[in-house]
Amino acid sequence: MRTIKYAFKQAFTQVFRNRTMSIASIFSITAMLLILGLFFILAVNVGLATENAKNKFDTLQIYLLDTTSEESAQEMIQSLSTVDGVSEAWYFSKESAMEEFRVRWGDQAYLLDTLAKNPLPNSIKVTLSDLSKADAVIEVAKAFPGVEDVPNSQDFIDQILKITNGIQTGAMAVIVFLVIVSVVVVSNTIKLTVLAREREISIMKYVGATNWFIRGPFLVEGMLIGCFSALAAVGLVMAVYAKIVELFGQQALLLLSTSLVPANFLTTHLTGVFLPLGISIGALGSIISMRRFLDT
Amino acid sequence: MIEFTDVTKKYGENIGLEHANIKIKDGDFVFLVGPSGAGKSTFIKLILREIKADSGTIFIDGMEVTKMSNRMVPQLRRTCGMVFQDFRLLPKKTVFENVAFAMEIVKFSQRTIRRQVPHILSMVGISSKADKYPHELSAGEQQRVAIARAVINNPKVLIADEPTGNLDPDTAWEIMKLLEQINRRGTTIVMVTHAKDIVDRMNKRVVTIEKGHIVGDVREGAYINENY
Ligand SMILES: Nc1ncnc2c1ncn2[C@@H]1O[C@H](COP(=O)(O)OP(=O)(O)OP(=O)(O)O)[C@@H](O)[C@H]1O
Ligand SMILES: [Mg+2]
Repeated sequence: MRTIKYAFKQAFTQVFRNRTMSIASIFSITAMLLILGLFFILAVNVGLATENAKNKFDTLQIYLLDTTSEESAQEMIQSLSTVDGVSEAWYFSKESAMEEFRVRWGDQAYLLDTLAKNPLPNSIKVTLSDLSKADAVIEVAKAFPGVEDVPNSQDFIDQILKITNGIQTGAMAVIVFLVIVSVVVVSNTIKLTVLAREREISIMKYVGATNWFIRGPFLVEGMLIGCFSALAAVGLVMAVYAKIVELFGQQALLLLSTSLVPANFLTTHLTGVFLPLGISIGALGSIISMRRFLDT
Repeated sequence: MIEFTDVTKKYGENIGLEHANIKIKDGDFVFLVGPSGAGKSTFIKLILREIKADSGTIFIDGMEVTKMSNRMVPQLRRTCGMVFQDFRLLPKKTVFENVAFAMEIVKFSQRTIRRQVPHILSMVGISSKADKYPHELSAGEQQRVAIARAVINNPKVLIADEPTGNLDPDTAWEIMKLLEQINRRGTTIVMVTHAKDIVDRMNKRVVTIEKGHIVGDVREGAYINENY
């Protein structure tokens, strides 16, 4: 208890005494976290967009020949339901298909009236519980007699998944890189204060101070720097992101047909990520900077 | 009790200490003498586990230093007070704070610290300087502060590496009398020195090291070689 109180007292004194250096490293770590935060938000948004895209493509449509009776279609549905990866299958008549067209075409629906007979096929719709099983389900469906065609959107899904995975991996790489840079920045700052107190540390060791007693104040110092940086970064990232949502929210909705993750929702998450991250960066940085001084 | 059994420490090619055997009983006062580079500092660093022996065993107050885990090193150092030629006081702390610092590290309460520090300061004879900073003190006074700090937690052993090296003869002699007084209270003292006159005058046990070997060990001895 006394050790903890001592550590905090010392740390605050140190941060204040070396305020130029402390502020400098808070600035650089805030900058790192700012960039990191924007990548984090990018990753979150891409993740959300991918989720949406997947949901859109998790339905297969099995087109039936006109000669296939509804009874045999029902039998097919029965057996499809037992296939691995299928969550639901139901009959979708040509009439319902036409109805859907009418709704989609809206004002222009009268054009459909000119058709002599309904050209749309009856079909079975299947929702998948697991997108990666799509190919297998399609194989099964194609094998049924009376099936005309099963269009495959798998290639398209693969493309999307590949791109979004790429973006997320890239963002992760940048995040990891920035975390490492931040640790180095903190450890250099702390090293300066450690060097300034090298004599004190060596005396502490001679008098029999434990490593944790010596490390304590520097650890708290690093954590304080990390904590301040994290809070500053959350504020900045949110300000920037709110602006982005305001400027590009509409475009994103049109272009990607998904909305951006709302800013206020992210604030809590970002604080939840940044505070522990900033504090860990500070702690790690200070432990690294002290290693040399505490090896015996 | 300090006990070295067949202790060897080499720095690559350089011999620090080789096949050293010695026993220092509780309450002894031992001078460690020898030419420069003989291995005196090596001997002291081995006691404090600043360096590890290559072979042999070292016991300090029942603790086997040579087998000790790093976690136990602070415990060992609390058993040994240290005094250096260059005093090693903290320049931004007052005399009182410098001494109190040693107690804070060992987690004494502020109440105990406020009671104990003035007591020890008066014992070493610098009560009046309690609120001064090290740079406001003479060399002899600074060494007294260092000694106060070294003994405040009641170490079993006080180790001094040339404590009078930076002092004029009269001041040096006063410091020696202070060390003798501390020794009389039961603290074992191991003191490295090049000061022939002090060794001769004190008439204590003298251990001589040369080229990493203990070549002489006399009770109530005198400095042997004029050339050291
Ligand atoms: N860190 C080191 N690396 C290599 N050699 C060392 C190291 N420390 C000491 N030595 C060598 O070990 C030998 C003993 O050194 P030590 O410091 O123990 O001598 P000393 O008796 O204390 O000398 P002095 O009276 O000058 O302080 C010397 O030859 C020295 O060069
Ligand atoms: Mg030496």
